[in-house]
Amino acid sequence: MVSKIWGYFIVMGIVFSLLSGHAIQINETILTSTKTSLELLFQIFPVIALWLGIAHIATLSGLLDKLSKSLTKVLGPLFPEIPKNHISLSYIASNIIANVFGLGSAATPFGLKAMSSLQELNSDKNKASRSMITFTTINTSGVTIIPTTIIALRILYGSTNPTITVVATLIATSLATIAGIFFDYLLARRSHE
Amino acid sequence: MSNYVLPAMVLGIVLYGLAKKIDLYDAFIDGSKESFKMILTIFPNLLAMILSVNILVESGFLEFCIQLLVPFLKIPIEVVSLAIMRPISGNATLALLNTIYTKYGVDHFYSLLGSTIQGCTDTTLYVIALYYGSIGIKNTRYALKASLLADVVGISASILVCYLLFS
Repeated sequence: MVSKIWGYFIVMGIVFSLLSGHAIQINETILTSTKTSLELLFQIFPVIALWLGIAHIATLSGLLDKLSKSLTKVLGPLFPEIPKNHISLSYIASNIIANVFGLGSAATPFGLKAMSSLQELNSDKNKASRSMITFTTINTSGVTIIPTTIIALRILYGSTNPTITVVATLIATSLATIAGIFFDYLLARRSHE
Repeated sequence: MSNYVLPAMVLGIVLYGLAKKIDLYDAFIDGSKESFKMILTIFPNLLAMILSVNILVESGFLEFCIQLLVPFLKIPIEVVSLAIMRPISGNATLALLNTIYTKYGVDHFYSLLGSTIQGCTDTTLYVIALYYGSIGIKNTRYALKASLLADVVGISASILVCYLLFS
């Protein structure tokens, strides 16, 4: 599905810009995309290096194992296919914790580690497993207590009350996550039949 | 608060490592080394996603479609664009949020609504492409569908909650 959408975006974008006479702009967009993605990579690369280092300390010291054991009860029901006390639960939890506190940059390396440890459990390496989909659904619905970027932006624009939208955001994002878990459950059951 | 979370996490992990008497330095280096392998798989995915999303956003095709919708809606075009583009591009929606703040004022109802929509979900398409791409999975089954349905709920809830709280 991602692959089709990827193709459609390019075709729709290029055809529309040619028809509407924006060929020069699109030419530039294609060329600058390479630069933009490299800049983004340089932004996240050191952060990933940092957190993978810290996470490895936590793995070797047994902290992550300990965390997995205490989380099995909480996260277990959401991820019935993950064996008890499996390390992927720790990565999933670390990713969720980082997101909740608005540490988006720390969330990515934990999320990628979670995916690779879920891949070890996956029976068909070319297909997303049920646990992976549950995880990405929770992740993309983005539960955040402190939307740091938005608060910073609102302060920058001189808001009289920069945190006024925090409660509204928390309600909306919680509903999105609950709905996501619900849809994930329904779709998982449907695909199983 | 988030200023304390990061140092607290690092401190906690290092203290625990000290207590367990592991070689902290070697552990950090070994873990950190893995980042090279990780970014090698990330980069092509990042490039592919940025290329395709930027072509769509810069072409003005979405704006054209949204303009056809707007006469039927009470919300201004920038906010509608923000809602529709939220799962597709984080950068494009952040730029739109800046536009809304400048045009209506940061404490205007539309700005509050835009802020809530921006914060209620993550950039779904980017996360899905990156996470599954990093482990080489092409068949994502119903992953995108589940996430996008959650986004629809999140954005609808944002609109509803903002009308209840702020208008």
